[in-house]
This record gives sequence, C-alpha cells and structure tokens, in this order.
Amino acid sequence: MNRALPLLRRRLLSSLPVLLIVVVGSFLLLEAAPGDAVDAYLVSIGGDAGLAEQLRRDWGLDQSAWGRFAAYATALAHGDLGWSVAFSRPIREVILERLPNTLLLMGAATALSFGLGSLLGIVAGARPGSARDRALSVASLALYAVPGFWLGLVLIVVFAVELRWLPLGGVETIASAKTGIDRALDIARHLVLPVAALGMIYLALYLRVMRAGMAEVWRMDFVLALRARGLSRRRIVLAHVARNALLPLVTMLGLQSASMLGGSVVIESVFAVPGIGRLAHEAVSARDVPLLLGIILSSAVLVVVVNLLVDIAYAALDPRVGASEEQA
Amino acid sequence: MSLLAVSDLSVTHAGATAAALSGVGLSLEEGERLAVIGESGSGKTTFARAVAGLLPPAARREGAIRWRGSEAPARPGKDIGYVFQDPSASLDPVVSVGRQIAEVVRTHEGLGRAAALARAAELLDRVRLPDPSAMVHAWPHQLSGGQKQRVAIATAIAARPALLIADEATSALDTIVQAEIVALIRRIVDEERMALVFVTHDIALAAQIAGRILVLKGGRMVEAGPASQVVGAPADPYTRMLVEASTDTASLVEVRGTGEDDR
Amino acid sequence: MIRRLFATPEGIAGTAILVLLAITALSAPLLFPRDPLSIAGPALLRPFQDPAHLLGTDRLGRDVLAGLVHGARMSLAVGFAAAAAALFVGAVVGTIAGFAGGLVDEALMRVAEAFQIVPGFLLALAFVSIAGPSLAVVVAAIALGAWTGPARVARAEVLSIRERDYVAANRVVGMHPLEIALREVLPNALPPVMALSSVIVAGAVLTEAALSFLGLGDPNRVTWGAMIAEGRAVLRSAPYLSIIPGFALVVAVVGVYLFGEGLVEASTSRRRYL
Repeated sequence: MNRALPLLRRRLLSSLPVLLIVVVGSFLLLEAAPGDAVDAYLVSIGGDAGLAEQLRRDWGLDQSAWGRFAAYATALAHGDLGWSVAFSRPIREVILERLPNTLLLMGAATALSFGLGSLLGIVAGARPGSARDRALSVASLALYAVPGFWLGLVLIVVFAVELRWLPLGGVETIASAKTGIDRALDIARHLVLPVAALGMIYLALYLRVMRAGMAEVWRMDFVLALRARGLSRRRIVLAHVARNALLPLVTMLGLQSASMLGGSVVIESVFAVPGIGRLAHEAVSARDVPLLLGIILSSAVLVVVVNLLVDIAYAALDPRVGASEEQA
Repeated sequence: MSLLAVSDLSVTHAGATAAALSGVGLSLEEGERLAVIGESGSGKTTFARAVAGLLPPAARREGAIRWRGSEAPARPGKDIGYVFQDPSASLDPVVSVGRQIAEVVRTHEGLGRAAALARAAELLDRVRLPDPSAMVHAWPHQLSGGQKQRVAIATAIAARPALLIADEATSALDTIVQAEIVALIRRIVDEERMALVFVTHDIALAAQIAGRILVLKGGRMVEAGPASQVVGAPADPYTRMLVEASTDTASLVEVRGTGEDDR
Repeated sequence: MIRRLFATPEGIAGTAILVLLAITALSAPLLFPRDPLSIAGPALLRPFQDPAHLLGTDRLGRDVLAGLVHGARMSLAVGFAAAAAALFVGAVVGTIAGFAGGLVDEALMRVAEAFQIVPGFLLALAFVSIAGPSLAVVVAAIALGAWTGPARVARAEVLSIRERDYVAANRVVGMHPLEIALREVLPNALPPVMALSSVIVAGAVLTEAALSFLGLGDPNRVTWGAMIAEGRAVLRSAPYLSIIPGFALVVAVVGVYLFGEGLVEASTSRRRYL
C-alpha cells in the first residue's frame, strides 16, 4: 500500500484549492440570494433592528465583500455552516442528523449497482456479439433511460400499493420499538425500493462500461498469449479479461458518487427518506438558501473523501499505480 | 510416428482474398529443431499459429495437422508452448509473474496453489531469472524486455510441452539480450528434449539454432531441408538472396560466438 | 455518414423516435390548440374510455394527451438547449485551457474539478431556487452541471492538436493565439466532443424532468416531470397519471441514446470491417 501514499498525498493537496473554489462559489450564491444570515436568524428567534445591527457587526456582515468572505470562510473552517431558518437550528446539526440515512441509501445503491452491474457486464462481455451480449446491451440501454424518480413511483405502485410486499416509504417503521436484528431487517425492508430506484440507472451504466471495457481487453495481445497457455475460457474471462476491465469501472465510482448524491434528492423525496437529499428539497421549499449551500458544501467534502477511498482501492487493484514515483 | 505432421495446409484470414498460407506440408520428429524463415507477410506466423491452434475463429483452414498421428489437435500450453514476439504484450499487466506461471501449472498439472507457486519459482530459476523466490511476486511492468521474455518462456514450458514454438521471440529485443534469449531457448530445448519451431526473419539465427530450415514466401514453401544445405547451397534464388543479405551484415559469425550464461 | 447512420438498427430506430417526437412537439399547437393547462373535461377519466380524451384526464380534468404533446416541446427544447449550452461552454473552456496551458490551464481545470465534485443536481437546485424558475434559468442550471465532461475532452484533444504542423505554421504567420485556438484548433477538436452529445442531451432531459418533478420548473408550462408529480397525489387511485408521462420520457431518452449509438457505429464502422 506504500506505493499509493505519494499519490494520496498529492490528491489530498490538490483537493484543497478545488474545495476553496467550491467555497467561493457557495459564497457568491449566498450573496446573490435575498436576505443574509442575520435576517434568517431573526426570522426564527425574533428581534428588532438594533439586534440585527449588533449581530451583523458580530458576524462580520457589515464589512466589505472581502471581509464578509473572510468571515464566511473562517466559520466554515471551524465547521460552522451557519443557521437554518427552516429548522431554527445550526445547519451542521441538521445535516449530521440526516447524513447517515443518505450514506446508507447510497452505500447500498452503490453496492447493488456496482456488484450486479459488473457481474452482468461480465456475462455480456464474456462473448462480445453473442445473443446474451446483445440482449443485455439493449436492456441496459433502456434501463439507462429510466428516470429514477419515475421508477420509484412505479415500484411503489407495484410492490407497495398493489402487492403490499414492501413499505411505501420512510427508513423504518415509526414507533415500532424494534431493536437489534429486527430493526436492521425493518430498515432493510424499507430500503429495498429506494435502493432499487436509485441504483438501477447506475447498474445499467456499470454494465455498459464493464461490457465495453471487456470488449477492449479482448482485443489486447495478451489474451492470445493466455489462449496459447491453454487456460480455460472461463479462467481467461474471469481472472484476466474481467480483472483488467474492472479497473476503469473502479475509477468511475468516485465521480458517480457526486451524481448519485444528486439523484438521492428525488429518490429520498419520493420515498420520504429523511436524508440530506430530501433535506435539500425541504430547503428549497422553505427558501432556506444557507441550508441548501451547507448541503452542497458537505456533499463536495463527501465526494472528495469518496474519491480518496476510491484512489486507495484502485492502488490496491492496479500494481502499476505509483510505479512512476518509484522510478522518479 | 512423427510428433507433428502437416499436410497441404492452407489458411485464409477473414475478409482477405488471398490465402495467407497455401499448400504447406512437413513433419517434425520428437526433439527436432526446425526454423521457419521468411520476410514479413510470408505466412510464417500464420503457420506457427495454425500449428498451435491459435488462428482466429473466423480464419478458414484447409489441410491436415496431425499431432502424434492423431486427428485430435495438440492442446495449447500442454502439448505446445508458444513464445510471442512482443514480451510486453504477452503478459497480463495486472497479475503477478508468479501467479501467471502458477496458473498454467495448475491448469495442466493439477497442482494446488502453494505447490504451483513453488513450481513457478523453480521455472523462474530455469529461465535464469535472479532471485526467483522474490521474482514470483514481481509485476510485469517492473521487468525489462528481456526479463519479460524469460517469464513468457517460463509460462510456455510450465507444463513440459513436447514442442516449443518461438514466434520471432527475439526480434523485439536488442542484440545482446537477443543472443541471451536464443541461448536460453536452445538450452531449455536440449535439457527438456523438446522439439522446437523457431520462427524468424533472420536466416543466420535460423542456421544457428535449427537442424532443418523451412523457407516461406508469400504463403508458399520455397525451400526446405537441412540447415547446412539451405544456408550453404541454397537451391532457390529467394533463399540465396536471404543468405547473401544476411552474410553482408556478418551476423552469421557474430551470433555463433555468443555464450549463454551471461545474465 | 448519413447513409451509414441508416445502416445500423440503432441509427434507424433512434432517428425515427426523434423525428416523430420533433414532429409531435412542433405540431402541438395544431393538434391541441387549447392551453394544455386548461380544464378540458371531467376529472380523473381513465385512458381509452372517451375518444375525446384518449389518455384520460387528471385530477383537474386536464387532458393527458394534450399535456404529453405540449410537454414534448418543453422536454426536448430544454434538453437540447441545455446540452448545446454545456457543449459550447465546455468546448470553449477546454480549448482555451488546452491552448493556453500553464496557469490558465491549471486554474480552469481546478474550476472544472470543483464543478465535478459538487453534485450537479444540487447545484441546479440552488441556482433555480436563487434565480427563480424561468426557462432560461432552468437551461443554465442544467448546463452548469454538464459542461465539465466536454471541457475535459476538448482540452485533451487540443493538447494533441496544438503541436501539429498547421498550428505551428499559423503561429509563424503571426495569428493571435486566441484566433488560432478558436478558428483553427477548436473545429478540429469538436468531433470527439460531439460524441458526448447524446449522453449530455439525455442527461439534460432527465435533469429537467427531475427539476420540474420537484416543482422547480416554469409553473406556467406543462412538462412531463410536472405531470408525473401532479399524478403522484392520486398514485393509489390513478397511477396511470404518473406512469404515462414517464413512458414518454423513457422513449425520448432511449431515442437520443439510440441515435447517439448509431452515430458512433456509423463513424467507426469503416474501421470495424477492415
């Protein structure tokens, strides 16, 4: 794993200016929005013009744009995301409370889409051009066109309304006082439909990328060398072609996490999952811009963290990572 | 009974109008060493691939290839080991050297994982790679071209095949490494009593390593016979031209003087 | 190129779907001259019951087919406009970054990275909720989350083109670097950027639908996403209200993908049959 360290350090350092740009963008949007943090605060706790002026001085909002930015960035650096007018609570608290649900939903959806997607991609890519390959290609293309929120509604109609197999929404049965394994099963039952709705489009994506990647590896010279060694086709497909084609798929996981966070907004709204996606929708409905920006900033940090994890996983899978550093 | 008997072999590649190989026939005895020479496009690689059963599925093949007198084709890896021209393109880049060799051992010898890895280390020693027990864990990208070719040879001989085919196995390497690899192939073939088909465009190299030479041009046999006769008294003007082009560069003499164990 | 496009089943199917959708969208005012948001008949009429309202009516008695046809205008218009904006901005930014190199390149690529780590849909939400849900804002909001892909491809392409002979020749002649970049390099870098267009158009159509599903579309125009959201209130009793416009979305997006696949096949088929 040591060979990945220089790479990680470099990635971490290069993320800092990128996060700074996100902070600047967030500040600009905040400035463009009507009202400021003091207005928001006073809406929830009440107070007169005198208090407003006092607060603006205290929070550095009476300064120039540069001063206001400095105050904003300093607060962020201390983990202070501001005050939510919609919830009358610090934004950080609201987000941290909702984050686990989103992480659970996204983690499960990623596991489903990556696992099943790459598996079906291997089935399709094992014999490029075969009937199985063409059928899976057409199916994945169609699936890739299905909007998640609509799929969610269809799943609700079929599995929750008509068949009554699964709950309509939420993350667990309210006031059921379940604990331990019962509670875990209850949560799992609630997550089946939202995970399917969120993950399906990525399943199609990973299937297609895996299939295309395998088609590319099949054209590489070493595959003929593997045939010459007398290895079984099964072994060539699984241990070599799929193994090589998996690498670009892993690199996609990082940026797809950003896209999936966006997708969780509609999915969490459809299934009433109290995560940060639904929180974003609530923030929009309540015109709580600072809360929405807080969610965006947290998401950006989350994506950076996921990217670093993906880098580590990639380094473990690809022996060539860090080779250039070794020589340098 | 011959080890390998090829009769009237013709191959046409998919989408091609002209045959890549037409009417080639020859036989090879156990432990015999044959060189197949020709320029690029002469069909020598097609010949080697056809013998090893490695033609693309869409290629059309006519004629017969009999292995040990039987219609059942030779099993790649088990009966025939194949070494390719480009060592960088013959190893899976993301699987360690030891596992790629062990995989062949496990497939053909039915050994367990640990025994196969131990055998891989032995094979790395056989191809004279330094520190075999550490080398099993090396990745292909960490090796030089010559080292990769030694690993490729190790995978080719891992199941003790009766025939080794070296398809331009030295032409992607520089001269010194080339001589080392030729010496290695010759030694291994001697020790294991394997037959050898050595495909090359270099008639000097062919004469040095093989007892018999087959000359191909445009997919047809031009000349075949004992090496001394083909090189010493070529019957065909094309062969004569190849010999003259080769002696001009004096490589006939030079290559002969290279010893083997200089790693 | 066009002949080869029609030589692939994907190309034929994709073109057929898109042409049909375009005709439907363009002739919407002729087919259904009245405002699709106006009440046309009894409420919650099921599909295939009344020939006057073939696909039924919604909670307020608005005709579903009329909404679908008018909605096609919005979906396609917003999708294509946003994709065009994203491709244009991406191509220009990528060209400048690749051609200028050095600090400019570094800075632009960091900005692109910043846009990549921010979930595009959240950014679009923020942008629309601050600037208000008008057509132009929705288009801009969607483009904001989609320009980085084209920018990266354009930059990579420009980096490989900029050292070629004709570019060097123009340098010697004394053309302004920006002029060389935009007039000589950009056109040559465009084809691989355009290869992304089907994915970007499809993504834009889906994003628009999701935005209007959450109620962030233009409230005065009918869109497929808004129709799905509207039907959600009666999902138990009249699921067709949400399901029908969703099918329209899927068909449109599949059409875009198939067309894109057909184009890719057509441009690579020469190589394949060698």
